[in-house]
Amino acid sequence: MNKIFLVASREFKTRVQKKTFLLSTIGLPILIFGFYALMIYFQVKTTDNFKVAVSDQSKLFNGKIDDKKSTEVIFSFIDADTAALNKKLIEKEFDAYLFIPNGYNLQSGEPQIAFRSSKALGLMTREKIENRINNALEEKKLLALNISKGQLDSARLENNAISFTTNDGKKDNETKVGISYAVGMIAGFLIYIILFVYGTMVMRGVMEEKVSRIAEVIVSSVKPFELMLGKIFGIGAVGLIQFIIWFVLVFGLQFLIPVIFPEVAAGMQSAPIQPGAMGAVNVAKESGALQSIMAGLAEINFTLIIGCFVFYFLGGYFMYAALFAAVGSAVNEDPQDAQSLLLPIMMPIIFAMVIMTKAVNDPNSTLAIFGSLFPLTSPIVMMARVAHGVPDGVTVVQLMASMALLVIGFLGTTWVAAKIYRTGILMYGKKVTWKEMWKWAFKNN
Amino acid sequence: MHNILELKNLQKQYATQKAVDDVSFSIEQGSIFGLLGPNGAGKTTLLRMITGIFYPDSGDLLFDGKPFDPQNDFVHIGYMPEERGLYKKMKIGEQAMYLAQLKGLSKSEALEKIKYWFKKFEMESWWNKKVEDLSKGMSQKLQFVTTVLHEPKLIILDEPFSGLDPLNANLIKDEIYGLAQRGSTIIFSTHRMEQVEEICDHIVLMNLGKKILDGTVTDVKQQFKENKFNVQFKGQPTELASPIFTIEHQEKQQLIVKINEGYTSNHVLNYLLQQDVLIERFNEILPSLNDIFIHLVEGSKATTRAFQNN
Repeated sequence: MNKIFLVASREFKTRVQKKTFLLSTIGLPILIFGFYALMIYFQVKTTDNFKVAVSDQSKLFNGKIDDKKSTEVIFSFIDADTAALNKKLIEKEFDAYLFIPNGYNLQSGEPQIAFRSSKALGLMTREKIENRINNALEEKKLLALNISKGQLDSARLENNAISFTTNDGKKDNETKVGISYAVGMIAGFLIYIILFVYGTMVMRGVMEEKVSRIAEVIVSSVKPFELMLGKIFGIGAVGLIQFIIWFVLVFGLQFLIPVIFPEVAAGMQSAPIQPGAMGAVNVAKESGALQSIMAGLAEINFTLIIGCFVFYFLGGYFMYAALFAAVGSAVNEDPQDAQSLLLPIMMPIIFAMVIMTKAVNDPNSTLAIFGSLFPLTSPIVMMARVAHGVPDGVTVVQLMASMALLVIGFLGTTWVAAKIYRTGILMYGKKVTWKEMWKWAFKNN
Repeated sequence: MHNILELKNLQKQYATQKAVDDVSFSIEQGSIFGLLGPNGAGKTTLLRMITGIFYPDSGDLLFDGKPFDPQNDFVHIGYMPEERGLYKKMKIGEQAMYLAQLKGLSKSEALEKIKYWFKKFEMESWWNKKVEDLSKGMSQKLQFVTTVLHEPKLIILDEPFSGLDPLNANLIKDEIYGLAQRGSTIIFSTHRMEQVEEICDHIVLMNLGKKILDGTVTDVKQQFKENKFNVQFKGQPTELASPIFTIEHQEKQQLIVKINEGYTSNHVLNYLLQQDVLIERFNEILPSLNDIFIHLVEGSKATTRAFQNN
């Protein structure tokens, strides 16, 4: 045990001290956050103080487009004809003008309203201007038909007109299902990535020991099995630390967004208390969606998901890492050899990924149940089912069985891998086939 | 003197070939033991069994009088394999610490011993260097230090001088003598016979997995001597002919004779004195280990080591 720890701590230390570790662990989330921030920046800052002059010849708006107090697009009313407007536009008194011709007919939309700007509009700006004017026009049209805002609101069907429930009387919330889908997908995909990234890391470590010919020195003081386990534990610890740092960084940086962009924070707070004007309907809808997402998130059992994630992360990693180690031990200097030997290991992982995409949609299908029990696929598939909760997505019995099978699977692959590893690590010069590896695993004393 | 290691009928078989076939011998504590043999003779397999990397198929292995228990006895063994290597990206000091701790030393013990050896070999300034920055000779020295660091009772060195310049080879050689004097036993595996002749007390020669020779260097030489003598004399050579000996080789003032059956060196001397030859030197020619080695191995079709991989 002491020696496994020694080996593991060496593996851990040499990897954590590398520059690439720091770069990928701290740099990656910051990079992602940077992109994220940049995107928000462009969204918030696309237009600023874009002045639109409105010449309302048919007195449609009574000197006011809507109640929005926006600094992005400012409408100001003037009384001028097109020639005067054009002249002022060239003189840059405003950035654009809106000309509503005399005798404008709301119902037919004739003669057309003209919009002219000094230069082509950005997509975002154009959309914002279009939205506000269209909303204002829509409201005027409804009023002309004697429909008030209140009547319209009551006529609109709310989302919860139909009550979806399941057999056990639980509410089946659409957003919750959607969120479960997303959470399951992300968790399954993360485990898929983990298996590949850290599995390959173990394989490379074994190959390095073999190629640099230190294996024989080491196995004269450490049993090959201990060496393999130490390597797997050490690299597993690296992975766990890396994930914890990522998790903390991503969540920590999230709180920075309102600090950097006060507009976003202000928008979030003011949105739900907009007055009942038509222009605010969209905002209200959006914030309603946000609230229901929040409610959906609250309904998801994150303790269960995070607990299961850590279990399947470690279980899946240990099971596959042993197999990757066995392949690494059988490979010589040529990394090309590894490719063909890796295929049988990669197949079940990819297969699991396919089942997972089905299981997030239908967590109780036969395929999903099989995939979540079979140890080679369960780490990925079970995450998709667990995201739908217990017992909706998976029963307690199945979850327990899956976990037990994973532990058995892990012990099994480790046992087989250890035998291949023992023989392979001291074998030089010859290209090894799966047949030979099979022989080492099952026919050696 | 008691035996540190006893091998009794050791056998190890690979798929088709017997790599080690019924080998028995023992090694005295404090001796320098030479394990010789051509490539593919089974030396490496034998050494791997002694270090506990492989288990023998059959036979007994006694270490220090007790059945060999790799789990506990590994701390008393230092093994420097022929295929040697170190972690290339690791710093030298850390590497030595790691290997020492794997051999069961505590952190403080390891540090103390590493400092002692590094000072001795003038390697102190290397501590923070990486192995990939070392020359071959330098990493060889480091490898030797990590092998003997934990003061093992049994030190196994497979071709320890390959790649070393004469200066560094001598440094290591002196250390080997020193370690033997302090009670360590050294197994020295090589096919460089002149080194064996110089260093070893006792040798075993293996071929095709079998032991074919076992004894002290002097005994082996006596066993294979051909009764050849070297005579150096002054003056003009005369015609020499006698039933006592046959002349194998003759130069101006030197003669190599082979004494015939039934006669001794005194007979030769007597004859030469009678012939009035002024003798300057008269000594026996013993065969070199190299000659014995070639004599024994030649014709037996030394196999390559390819079979090991089957």
